[in-house]
Amino acid sequence: MLILTCPYCGLAADETELSPGGEAHLKRFGPGSSDDAFTGYLFHRENPRGVHFERWRHSNGCGKWFLAARCTVTLEVFGTYPAQTTEPPAAILDAIRAKRPDWEGRA
Amino acid sequence: MSTRLARGGRRIDRSKRVEFTFNGKRLTGYQGDTLASALLANDQMLVGRSFKYHRPRGVVASGPEEPNALVALGDGARMEPNQRVTTTELFDGLSARSQNHWPSLEFDIGGLNNHVARFLPAGFYYKTFIHPRPFWKHVFEPVIRQSAGLGPAPKDRDPDVYEQVYAFADLVVIGGGVAGLHAARVAGAAGLRVLVLEQTAHWGGRSPVDGGTIDGQPVQDWIDATLQALDGMENVTLRTRCMAAGIYDHGYMIGYERLTDHAPAPGMPRHRLWKIRAAQVLSATGAIERGLSFPGNDLPGVMLAGALRDYVVEYGVSAGDRTVVVTNNDDGYRTALALKEAGLVVPAVLDARPEATGALPEAARAQGIRVETGRAIVKVMGGKRVTGVGVGLQAGEGSILEEIACDAVAMSGGWSPVVHFWSHTGGKLVWDEAQALFRPDPARAPVGADGLPNQAVGGAANGALTLGAVMADSHDAISEVLRRLGKTVSDPAPAGDAPAEAPLHPVWVMPQGAGHKLKSKMWLDYQNDVKVSDVQLAAREGYESVEHTKRYTTLGMATDQGKLSNINGLAVLSDALGAPIPQVGTTTFRPPFTPISMGAIAGEARGDIFQPLRRTPMHAWHEAHGAYFEPVGHWRRPYCYPQGGESHAQAVHREVTATRTSLGLLDASTLGKIVVKGPDAGRFLDMLYTNMMSTLPVGRCRYGLMCSENGFLMDDGVVARIDEDTWLCHTTTGGADRIHAHMEDWLQCEWWDWKVYTANLTEHYAQVAIVGPNARKLIEKLGGMDVSKEALGFMDWADGTLAGIPARVFRISFSGELSYEVAVPASRGLEFWEACHAAGAEFGATAYGTEALHVMRAEKGFIMIGDETDGTVIPQDLGLGWAISKKKADYLGKRAQERVHMTDPTRWQLVGLETLDPNERLPDGAYARASGTNANGQGNTQGRVTSSYMSPTLGRAIAMGLVLNGPSRMGEVLEFPTVDGRVLSARIVDPVFYDKAGEKQNV
Ligand SMILES: [Zn+2]
Repeated sequence: MLILTCPYCGLAADETELSPGGEAHLKRFGPGSSDDAFTGYLFHRENPRGVHFERWRHSNGCGKWFLAARCTVTLEVFGTYPAQTTEPPAAILDAIRAKRPDWEGRA
Repeated sequence: MSTRLARGGRRIDRSKRVEFTFNGKRLTGYQGDTLASALLANDQMLVGRSFKYHRPRGVVASGPEEPNALVALGDGARMEPNQRVTTTELFDGLSARSQNHWPSLEFDIGGLNNHVARFLPAGFYYKTFIHPRPFWKHVFEPVIRQSAGLGPAPKDRDPDVYEQVYAFADLVVIGGGVAGLHAARVAGAAGLRVLVLEQTAHWGGRSPVDGGTIDGQPVQDWIDATLQALDGMENVTLRTRCMAAGIYDHGYMIGYERLTDHAPAPGMPRHRLWKIRAAQVLSATGAIERGLSFPGNDLPGVMLAGALRDYVVEYGVSAGDRTVVVTNNDDGYRTALALKEAGLVVPAVLDARPEATGALPEAARAQGIRVETGRAIVKVMGGKRVTGVGVGLQAGEGSILEEIACDAVAMSGGWSPVVHFWSHTGGKLVWDEAQALFRPDPARAPVGADGLPNQAVGGAANGALTLGAVMADSHDAISEVLRRLGKTVSDPAPAGDAPAEAPLHPVWVMPQGAGHKLKSKMWLDYQNDVKVSDVQLAAREGYESVEHTKRYTTLGMATDQGKLSNINGLAVLSDALGAPIPQVGTTTFRPPFTPISMGAIAGEARGDIFQPLRRTPMHAWHEAHGAYFEPVGHWRRPYCYPQGGESHAQAVHREVTATRTSLGLLDASTLGKIVVKGPDAGRFLDMLYTNMMSTLPVGRCRYGLMCSENGFLMDDGVVARIDEDTWLCHTTTGGADRIHAHMEDWLQCEWWDWKVYTANLTEHYAQVAIVGPNARKLIEKLGGMDVSKEALGFMDWADGTLAGIPARVFRISFSGELSYEVAVPASRGLEFWEACHAAGAEFGATAYGTEALHVMRAEKGFIMIGDETDGTVIPQDLGLGWAISKKKADYLGKRAQERVHMTDPTRWQLVGLETLDPNERLPDGAYARASGTNANGQGNTQGRVTSSYMSPTLGRAIAMGLVLNGPSRMGEVLEFPTVDGRVLSARIVDPVFYDKAGEKQNV
């Protein structure tokens, strides 16, 4: 039962208030894209042991989608941020590197 | 024999007698007894049979680690199996029965397993599963089924009530022994919000039994004073009979409080489940004594030394008159001294160590107790009860040097810290070589959301086993917790004083040189009958991982989860593998600490309030008119309205016929209604639906399909354009919340710069479908709007007033009839519905339910989400190509529908199916047979039934299905085998069975 802070309403929300939405920062491929690109978008997901970026929705709260950077092993939360971004903000990356100096960045 | 002593017993009140029954026998105990102490006081040492060999078993322990003494408590609906007698408080009228035997506890047929034990070694189940196959089914399985299973399952609904509470704390202290109480006092004084959970009914744990002083006070006096201080702190909550069951992510905890088990009060909550968020957790959970593995160590009368001491000191109960103590440590001598003090005989202390010169052994010698070092028990005499032991050399192979008559054996193999809670959330352990125990590794603690440690461990749970060490360690632990929470410690460390103890000598097999025969009599796991020889067999057969060995032998997999057996089993495995214990590793501890009731987990969510129900504004009318309801999502919708003894089928037949011939009324309020508004709303809907919505004229409706990004059809419904930048999207009843979330997902996460708002208005409006040849006449009678063919054509909508009620009328049809759907404010839904019935009386207006709705849509060949779709079907499979825009560059699912598998011409396609016998209905989901077999030797298929009904309109069975090349095989006959062994033949036909030209709705 995680606690994640919703970056919109500022609540430290219990997992019962949240809905998971899988991996964050997927780039959409539509008509005209190659089979490989589209298959990657639709099916291929990171499954890291360690730092991971995820989509969550404050569904039983303000209803907003947000993104979270989290360690899949210790469940440490490095930060949450609005969904309206195509890559993790610098502040989040700094927070991760401060805690995980060996982290090699997103795959 | 075991008996009640004339004196002693700190917990019991001898002035209050308590009556109870065991296997129907009336027995007496005292207020304050546990069922275990009361049974022992009545010389009922034999309390059950083991799982596999049905060996006679007695009480071994005095706490939650008890593996043997499980009984069925209570009668009838309140019967509960597998309850530990050691944690059951005695009350007047308690009724207990022993388990796992037939026909009686004393004489058990299953005990025969005992004599064939050599045919039932470790892995027996796995081995017999394989060969020979027929033997398993006809020989092994029936025998195993007969003898397997611990207690019987209750048959009736649980009559008791349960509740749940939420709690938040800066610090939760698990365990109310001296370590936990000290920590709570320090944290309370620092102003923290503290919750202390103690699983028993008493504070102070086992320390008062063992004696000693804290800060110069006798232990019990110190406990009383500390409790008094805690009672005065408003920020400290103390709960007894409340077990911490588990710790989960980010400080989430479950507590399990037994409110009335000790004093049944029907109507009062029986158990309370605590859902707790704790910033920090301190485990002061103590330690559990280990047994010793000597031949015959499972005979009733062989008990843990600490437990024997507990029964004498706490309850004034002796397990036997003559007790031999066997130990590998100094603590075992405390039992010898306590027994002697109570006037009982201790013929000898057998110490496996080469010498015993500590304060406790010396005290025993001073009391005249015979102490023999370097000795082992090599045999236990007796059948259902210990009658004596054979003594040999620990270093030897098992020769008997001497026999000692006794009726109880107290064994102590050292203590294992209760590290369960530390492990629940990933805390790691270290092997403490000197004390031969696993304890928490502070360098690898469980962490919270911030990545910092959120648990600490103090006292015996941390491997501090003497009173002085316990108090010092508890103080260190709480000091660390306070530091983490930004507080400082004001109290000084308390000084515990008790005799010093010499190191133990690890003894995993007794005697050291025992051969296979003796090892086959050394029990590790009493409940599951796992012996030293079983673990060694597993090692020989190549099981090197402790997790695999555990599953292969079932070691530690019984209801006690190996609280006694884990370390001993691990040590035997480590020896067999020739690898050190820390390298072999320890098994994973998982919640709950001991089993908790299903009632507590369900709490109040049962019966009518299992989940919230959604009711339309007309719900009460439906109930008053005999509706038979079906669940659709969280809604309850009328399935049909049986009248005057009609069957459901008859009611559906009448409802369909009335609607087709005159006038039907459907409560369609549950349909999802989502408003999409904004300058980019049209563009957004073009992405969401497969067809074009941006070009829909204001005042018009259009049927639309929605696909997921992987191309599969997920919802359908009619979209109405309200004004230049507003659309109203109808969804399926079950789909409204899901589709609204789907819209928000794409708006917020992909097209966040598009100017669009959505709102789910499903419950703002009541909606009534007015259907049938007389639909227009009814609306004209209600009055207020022109709904003529010219003013409101098919797929038009208009706002107005009907019967004085603001109304939005959509001319759409899901039945093929002339049909209007009228939305009115929810608050006026019932009024409108009743007005329709009043005005419609002259047309025989008939309320119809969801089944009539389904039948009529199937007669027209309309698909239903969830029937024709199942998450693998694309619109192209359903002949819905006309609803897919060829002009649009993109929509959700478009790219996926271009994938090879999606454009495969052999995808099954929608067709109608007519059984050759019109009275024979195809079963839903039946498969059409094809010739040949597949790679698995199963018959090939070429289609399946997606919907199937008896059509009142056509007077015959109709069905829809997906069939290989279906649309080009009209007239062909397919065979559908049924589960009852018949084969039904059906002809492929057009899916539109009724009014193919659409003349009925075009009036
Ligand atoms: Zn929020």
